[in-house]
Amino acid sequence: MRFSGLRVLKEGLTGNKGWTPHWRDPEPKSEYDIVIIGGGGHGLSTAFYLAKEHGLTNVAVLEKGYIGGGNVGRNTTVVRANYFLPGNSEFYSHSLKLWEGLEEELNYNVMHSQRGLINLFHSDGQRDDAARRGNMMISQGDDAILLGRDELREMLPYLNYDDLRFPLYGGLYHPRGGTARHDAVAWGYARGADQRGVDMIQNCEVTGIDIENGVVRGVQTSRGPIRAKKVAMVAAGRSGQVAAMAGMRLPIESHILQAFVTEGLKPCIDHVVTFGMGHFYISQSDKGGLVFGGDLDFYASYAARGNLPTVESVMEAGMALMPMIGKAQVLRSWGGIMDMSPDGSPIIDKTDIEGLYLNCGWNYGGFKAVPGSGNVFAHLIATDRYHENATGFQLDRFRTGRGIIDEEGKGSQHNLH
Amino acid sequence: MRITCPYCGERDRREFYYRGAAVDLERPAPDAGEDAWNDFVYLRDNPAGVTRELWCHEGGCGAWIVVTRNTVTHEILGSQLASEVKR
Amino acid sequence: MRIEGKGLIDRSETVPFVFDGVRYTGFRGDTLASALLANEQRLMGRSFKYHRPRGVLTAGSEEPNALVTVGEGAAQNPNVRATMQEIYPELSARSQNRWPSLNFDLMSINDLAAPFLGAGFYYKTFMWPKSFWEKLYEPVIRRAAGLGALSGADNVDKYESAYAFCDLLVIGAGPAGLMAALVAARAGADVILADENARMGGRLLSETYAVDGKPGHVWADEVLSQLEAMENVRLMTRTTIAGAYDQGTFAALERFGHHTEHRPSGAPLETYWRIVAKRSVLAAGALERPVAFRDNDRPGIMTAGAVRAYLNRWGVSPGRNVSIFGNTDDIHRTARDLLDAGVHVAAVIDSRHDAPLSNEYEVLRGAQVCGSTGRKGLEAITVRRASGEERIHTDCLAMTGGWNPSVHLTCHMNGRPTWNRDIEAFVPTPGAIPGMITAGACNGSFSTVSCLRDGIEAAKSSLAELGLKAPKTPVPDAEDDPYNISQLWAVPGTGRAWLDFQNDVTVKDVKQAATENFRSVEHMKRYTTQGMATDQGKNSNVAALAVLADATGRGIPETGTTTFRPPYSPIAIAALGAGAEGSAFKPQRFTTSHPASLKRNAPMIEAGLWYRPSYFSKDGETTWRQSCDREVNMVRQAVGICDVSTLGKIDIQGPDAGAFLDFVYTNMFSTLKVGRTRYGLMLREDGYVMDDGTTARLGETHYLMTTTTAAAGEVMKHLEFVHQGLRPDLDVTFTSVTEHWAQFAVAGPKSRELLSALLDTPLDDENWPFMACGPVSVLGVQGRLFRISFSGEHAYEIAVPARYGANLFDILTERAEALGGGLYGMEALNVLRIEKGFITHAEIHGRTTAYDIGMGRMVSQKKDCIGKTMSERPGLEEAGRERLVGLKPIGESKELLAGAHLYNEEAEPVRTNDQGYLTSVCYSPTMETMLGLAFLADGPDRYGEIVKMVDHLRDVTTLCEVVNPVFFDPEGGRVRG
Repeated sequence: MRFSGLRVLKEGLTGNKGWTPHWRDPEPKSEYDIVIIGGGGHGLSTAFYLAKEHGLTNVAVLEKGYIGGGNVGRNTTVVRANYFLPGNSEFYSHSLKLWEGLEEELNYNVMHSQRGLINLFHSDGQRDDAARRGNMMISQGDDAILLGRDELREMLPYLNYDDLRFPLYGGLYHPRGGTARHDAVAWGYARGADQRGVDMIQNCEVTGIDIENGVVRGVQTSRGPIRAKKVAMVAAGRSGQVAAMAGMRLPIESHILQAFVTEGLKPCIDHVVTFGMGHFYISQSDKGGLVFGGDLDFYASYAARGNLPTVESVMEAGMALMPMIGKAQVLRSWGGIMDMSPDGSPIIDKTDIEGLYLNCGWNYGGFKAVPGSGNVFAHLIATDRYHENATGFQLDRFRTGRGIIDEEGKGSQHNLH
Repeated sequence: MRITCPYCGERDRREFYYRGAAVDLERPAPDAGEDAWNDFVYLRDNPAGVTRELWCHEGGCGAWIVVTRNTVTHEILGSQLASEVKR
Repeated sequence: MRIEGKGLIDRSETVPFVFDGVRYTGFRGDTLASALLANEQRLMGRSFKYHRPRGVLTAGSEEPNALVTVGEGAAQNPNVRATMQEIYPELSARSQNRWPSLNFDLMSINDLAAPFLGAGFYYKTFMWPKSFWEKLYEPVIRRAAGLGALSGADNVDKYESAYAFCDLLVIGAGPAGLMAALVAARAGADVILADENARMGGRLLSETYAVDGKPGHVWADEVLSQLEAMENVRLMTRTTIAGAYDQGTFAALERFGHHTEHRPSGAPLETYWRIVAKRSVLAAGALERPVAFRDNDRPGIMTAGAVRAYLNRWGVSPGRNVSIFGNTDDIHRTARDLLDAGVHVAAVIDSRHDAPLSNEYEVLRGAQVCGSTGRKGLEAITVRRASGEERIHTDCLAMTGGWNPSVHLTCHMNGRPTWNRDIEAFVPTPGAIPGMITAGACNGSFSTVSCLRDGIEAAKSSLAELGLKAPKTPVPDAEDDPYNISQLWAVPGTGRAWLDFQNDVTVKDVKQAATENFRSVEHMKRYTTQGMATDQGKNSNVAALAVLADATGRGIPETGTTTFRPPYSPIAIAALGAGAEGSAFKPQRFTTSHPASLKRNAPMIEAGLWYRPSYFSKDGETTWRQSCDREVNMVRQAVGICDVSTLGKIDIQGPDAGAFLDFVYTNMFSTLKVGRTRYGLMLREDGYVMDDGTTARLGETHYLMTTTTAAAGEVMKHLEFVHQGLRPDLDVTFTSVTEHWAQFAVAGPKSRELLSALLDTPLDDENWPFMACGPVSVLGVQGRLFRISFSGEHAYEIAVPARYGANLFDILTERAEALGGGLYGMEALNVLRIEKGFITHAEIHGRTTAYDIGMGRMVSQKKDCIGKTMSERPGLEEAGRERLVGLKPIGESKELLAGAHLYNEEAEPVRTNDQGYLTSVCYSPTMETMLGLAFLADGPDRYGEIVKMVDHLRDVTTLCEVVNPVFFDPEGGRVRG
């Protein structure tokens, strides 16, 4: 079924009786060409692009819960391409371009809203860093504008310009940055993959990976064994456990990131604003809730829930930066499991096991990468060659020290990002 | 979250700094080879369950401690001074 | 309609208040909702999507409909539940999400378009043309969405945060909570009893039962006065326990100021508490479920428990002609209470075929309400019986679909509730929160006596675990009426039957979601927005998942619930972030010279948490550059003074101090002579540069390390880790002494002359060569002197105990000025170090290696050190890396900009041609040109080459010559001179 305004009108006039499932719930087959472990954003988009761009449709996505139930359904929805290190820069640029055509590509309104994103800075040194970043964004072909304090004030009059502990010097404005409706991204990819013949198997937990003589043969699942020529691991925060089934240890530690939404409010914040000094960022959803978050809780966890010290530090940063949000009431807090890599950048690579592929290490920034990640990972799985915009995410960069992508400059060791 | 410091007793998590898996205590010899160093600095078991990890009682006595903790339930199962674990 | 003789309000005090510009009166003790109902104002809000007229559904914090804005201007609070807002004289509230008025809302046109706005419609449309989403559709949707509005002004109210500790936290002060608190308190436990209501007692205030032979509220007051008299008890009214966290930590919000016109001066509006409890008892009660039937959302239709609460607690009947509908014996309790109060009961409709009968009123057994009429308030209901449908005139419908135990907090740590068929509801799963026991209605015990019993038992178990002995406590007499529920979620029929009132989610929407294969309860929620309103599904989730279970052919337990997340009820950001406003966000650290710098009007800039002077303006100088240039020249030609106390100082002592330093620095320190200082480079274990600084050997077993200002804390932790975690065999200790010493740079050709006059022994090259250090007596005070230089000039740093800092600073300034010098600030310091090619964190920004900054040879090959092995990875020291160089503009443009990138002269300035970037730039008055430090691919091999600096952001292109980063005095003669 093709979605359109006309279709909504027609169904509305006929009692909304004609709607059909957005995707099927097929029984797993005994064999597929490709099995994707993980039905989150990245797994679903990988399946979609395998089918669409490589004609590979004998593909199953195995999801232990419900599709889109991981971090793609639990994030702060920011979409941006403001990275500056080689490896990241071209990849996120590629991903943003895919975002810009996503509604058309999926025939699904993911509400990609390019409302603009502003990274604030608070000293001459930080302005220099922002300039280095912005110049790289432009030289990559993306957009960036360096705002001085006065221009910033015109754009974001509600910030604290009077007595902020770290005074506002300006901001790096990324007009094409913005947000999207996170669940819709997962559903749109699932529907698109399904329409092309991919099987989305929910409530199907992978319990083992079958390997013979260094070659992957398939997986064991809670719904029986499934043979496969190629197996792709896209399990985000659970990557460590999945890889362990293949006898691998990963450079990943799983952490909690909390986020928050307030009750619905009339429009008051029109952009995405990030306050690095306070580890705080915020936007307002189309429904009216202020959606915001901060830093990790900073301890390894699979609990998908956090603790109060981080809650408070996020709220404190919000109050320091924009005291006008004080009366907004936090409606809900949640936590996701972040697959933190040592340098803060992802891993998209083959493994030493033939036919086994790995996509993980998205840290707290995986949402914006959903289209790009699936696109380049599908390319790798289908062709066994790195996509031209994803040559920098190789696993052995830690061993060799070549091409470490430490965007934050905190180091390439665990727990510094 | 509250963590027990062997010197100071149960204290709020706000007093502690987190470093990560306690494998950081097992530094290889300089000539142990690439694999040993890659394991030490980068590869992690990252268990969903009981783990041993390093915390520093930064806002208290300054002790580095090895905390045994469950990463699924956040239950704290024990703590020991890193210097004692090392000896 | 106010009912004489009923209610716990204070009828001696009439309270005037304003709603939507109209003046009303109520009584002290009323909520805004009860007072409006008393004034027969049923319409209180509009729904989110269709802007349907709505009245109160509940009498508690779970209210989804009656949300109002209270107050004006910066003090206005949006989305206040009228059911929780106590009235006080001149309270001013207004309705929200309507235009132009509550009564006439143009947006209610959405309701006519409802067939096209069903579940998930927006995912299927608004896609064409592409550019219209941001330009048209989204702005329109955004303006229509949202509930109340923020004022846009900075918050002006005071909020606080606090900590509390107790043995036992009792959550909820109904019969179960009161008993639990009483038993625990009598056993001597430190008890906190918290309840979200203004008055403790829970349902005892809203029902008419007797406890221990007294009216329930009288019994509750007696227990409370006993508790109040005990020193080990803290009663927290108007306090919501909002979240359960690890190791017995709870988040709570206490509302101090919303209910009164007389907030004591200085008192906060709200206080956010972190309560640490060794054990807890959850006695949070239960929430009543509405029944879904066609048009069940009209003002006047509310839960039966709310009707009884308005009647019994506030002395208000929500209607003059009330009908009752539901599926439990609560129906009859409601009928009796209404009749006792003299309210006419229009009809009693009981869906159960075996419902008890009454001789006081007719019971329509096995009947269901299947529709209603009355646009802005209920006028009639349609009742379906076996015999057919019947229209009954009524202005209020009390409905009950049963009660949901308030399991929320038990699920905050990933616990999932258990389905209990006896009460057709989820109950807490025991042990879901370590240390928490559930009691009373939240545990599925619905009669008063079972609540009281549960409370006693919960206290006993908690006390046993606390090692305290529970006093023998009999269970007070109270009702033990049956509940007798039979499932009733949604009355079949056409039309729209509301589940989530605020978000306008209907039974049809849930069914459509199931048809479209949003069959997981999480998918259904996200697709329909069911349960995502301000009540977080408290009123609707269970019914919605029952409808989903039915639509998908599964049972309710298999369908499962969505995840309960904190907070239980919403909390203002200002409360959770209390204390961080403005400059209070992070600590401020001041040097001893701070007042003196302020006195000289130096702009102070942030350096980590410290403040340092930017420059010291003199008469006639109008720009910072003029001051900076003068200060640089002053240091190069005479002498300058600069406070450098902010650099981290770590005192390191012990027989193994030298060996330890050899292990944390790349270079050797055990070989350093006593009385000498050495520059040290520190790596992280991954082989990248972590920090740098000078370390002085003050004695055989005594070193003093300096760190950069920003990294002081990190380095201290690092040293402790390396010692305790890797080398506990080494006998060495560390003390941070950053604040203990005030330290000043005295730099310039006249620095020796200046200092010699202050010290007991004059300085000379023999005793005080470059890099010497040692104790000195400065004007009789024992201090330390270091002959080190960050300017390339003959220079010293002199340190005295911090209490002498301010004095010494004044003296140094005066002496320097007498010698033609004076103070210099951070701007000049930066120019001086760039001229010399010295690095700061602009260069060692976390991604640079010793090789990159030209210090590869400082990694000693004679020993192991932290980071050494990993620094030898091929990628960290091979050709092609961007390495430190100096840049001088040579073309027409003379401007250099930090953050600009470098390209080969003829190359197009795109990413794939990138050659590096500038980290630091300055105008050098010494060299009379701009200078830059940069990282350039294979930089040191390219001295003499021309590269192109391009700054796209600021539209500057400058040709530069690549040079050695030491621009000035490359031989270093001045520093030794």
